[in-house]
Amino acid sequence: MAYTEAELAKELKEKKYEFGFVSNFESDKAPIGLSEDIIRLISAKKNEPQWMLDYRLNAFKIWQEMKEPTWAHVHYPKIDFQNIYYYSAPKTKKKLNSLDELDPELKSMYDKLGISTEEQKRLTGVAVDVVVDSVSVETSFKEKLGELGIIFCSFSEAVQNHPELVKKYLGTVVPTNDNFYATLNSAVFTDGSFCYIPKGVRCPMELSTYFRINEAQTGQFERTLVVADAGSYVSYLEGCTAPMRDENQLHAAVVELIALDDAEIKYSTVQNWYPGNEEGKGGIYNFVTKRGLCEGRNSKISWTQVETGSAITWKYPSCVLKGDNSVGEFYSVAVTNNYQQADTGTKMVHIGRNTKSTIISKGISAGKSNNSYRGLVKVLPKATNARNFSQCDSLLIGSQCGAHTFPYIEAQNKSSKIEHEATTSKIGEDQVFYCLQRGIDEEKAVSLIVNGYAKEVLNKLPMEFAIEAQKLLSISLEGSVG
Amino acid sequence: MSDFLKIKGLKASIDGNQILKGIDLEIKPGEVHAIMGPNGSGKSTLSSVLAGREEFEVEAGEVSFLGHNLLELAPEERAREGVFLAFQYPVEIPGVSNINFLKAAINAKRKHQGLDDISAKEFMMMVKEKQALVELKQSLANRSVNEGFSGGEKKRNEIFQMAMLDPKLGILDETDSGLDIDALKIVANGVNKLKTKDNAFIVITHYQRLLNYIVPDFVHVLYNGRIVKSGDKSLALELESKGYDWIINELEHA
Repeated sequence: MAYTEAELAKELKEKKYEFGFVSNFESDKAPIGLSEDIIRLISAKKNEPQWMLDYRLNAFKIWQEMKEPTWAHVHYPKIDFQNIYYYSAPKTKKKLNSLDELDPELKSMYDKLGISTEEQKRLTGVAVDVVVDSVSVETSFKEKLGELGIIFCSFSEAVQNHPELVKKYLGTVVPTNDNFYATLNSAVFTDGSFCYIPKGVRCPMELSTYFRINEAQTGQFERTLVVADAGSYVSYLEGCTAPMRDENQLHAAVVELIALDDAEIKYSTVQNWYPGNEEGKGGIYNFVTKRGLCEGRNSKISWTQVETGSAITWKYPSCVLKGDNSVGEFYSVAVTNNYQQADTGTKMVHIGRNTKSTIISKGISAGKSNNSYRGLVKVLPKATNARNFSQCDSLLIGSQCGAHTFPYIEAQNKSSKIEHEATTSKIGEDQVFYCLQRGIDEEKAVSLIVNGYAKEVLNKLPMEFAIEAQKLLSISLEGSVG
Repeated sequence: MSDFLKIKGLKASIDGNQILKGIDLEIKPGEVHAIMGPNGSGKSTLSSVLAGREEFEVEAGEVSFLGHNLLELAPEERAREGVFLAFQYPVEIPGVSNINFLKAAINAKRKHQGLDDISAKEFMMMVKEKQALVELKQSLANRSVNEGFSGGEKKRNEIFQMAMLDPKLGILDETDSGLDIDALKIVANGVNKLKTKDNAFIVITHYQRLLNYIVPDFVHVLYNGRIVKSGDKSLALELESKGYDWIINELEHA
């Protein structure tokens, strides 16, 4: 693959992309590669306090000693971490009073993605904090949320305006030395979202962030921190789309959730990063660390994800059930097509008494893809009466794809009860023919069958997101049968 | 006026084995044709070929249906033109509600006819009406397509779908198999109510008993891939008392 920096630059300049589209606003970019200087530069650009810089440098020090993990059931060429830009921000940094002030270029990009922010605002009452490349450029509904004391802002703003909260919680769920990609993220993250729900407040709307990779070869390292204080509730939506690209792009985000006593966090993701073309060329590498801590008694964290994108997905949204009676849930649909590889699942760590977890994982493999579920249910000695139910289903489309299940169970308390069910099925020609005979065409038939299969998970998504997810499933599997 | 359904010299095979060895059959609107025959005679193959199952290869012959060369149409186009197959073994589609499935089917047909999608109100009224016709429990209509249905419920659901889609040509492929007498009556009654002067039915059955309730205008005996004898409903009664052997003997000594 002779695709050099120079060619990329030329393409960028001429905007000649065979697929996809690239927005033409100017970028403010750090030099390529990673070093202590780059980290100091990122921190300085963001005008960060000393403690934040120290946090980053410490992470960088640890990261240099670490090795890339190789245990996942995925294969890809070695990543050159010195050949990535670690900082790029759109130059439009002017604060916006309304969406009308949005850069027309940005606006048209949203339109192409079908994410009209105005529509979102008007129709769904969703507050949108859009992250384009690494810096948040626009936030809405802030005032309304502000009245309730809810903080929902970009991570950079949180560092400036709410340092006490960031300092208190950052890295408490995913420690700096957690794993290779999380540690890298801790050193170089450029932006992301921060959300704090005060005591007893039920967030009246779904909080939503749309991520978008826009700059060629820019690794994107978001950091998300959601804190639900005692007795509060929040539903958080995260959705991703990326334009087609011929160069692999690294995406290594970290998401930390913290639920205090009686608090509940519902975190939903629809992920649609560019998966590479039909031959498996290009596409996003998505190496994400997502973890929630049920810190308080009776707290609850629930992850729902619909994964259709990425060339490679490496992602295990997990729950640490520390508080007594706390509840962790994981609902996932992961689709792989063509040459996509996904190794995804969850970890449920039962620490407190009477803790409960539920895992529903639905894998769909088509084309020549490989889809693996990897899950750990761990019950620690003090977790009396811990309960887990896991169901891992795989659906195969065609005969060249693979589905794999790697469930791990470690129970150290005899009163725990752990159930695991797994099935593997194939979309039958009989099912498709049955639909055809009723006048339903093949694409629609596959879409019906797949959505039926994934229904248990899709039902967990907020309404408007569920519809989007259904469409996404159908699009991802277009032409995969017959 | 073009033919309603005309099958001429139809030969079809699967995996290199010829099953249909020259079928000739003409059906006019308002008629009910019963096709009977021993196991392995090609009854279900005929229904599969008419519905357009890809595994079967048509080697020769023509099928015209309302001015179309039926064999040139894709299975879904045949369905939209009004060919309905009530399956011998209806498949389950987990997670897809009967209602959504039927809505997709009806709208596909309407689109084909240049009509807009059916309104929610009209659709629900139709569901209510047709459910009553086959005495299908309301809970079944809301459940996933055939999932966890008993054998009888599946067959009844096929007739319910047929009622919803209002086909020109309904093909019942051994719909009576596995049904107790009450279910049989309900299914037959449903078909009788759907019968008009403008549509027609092919009733494929192994036993005569269904024909006590759906009275055919014609009865055809299929044997070894050919229609070897045709008659009126009295032929079915004769088969019931004498079995198929006398026809086979007759053929072999002819």
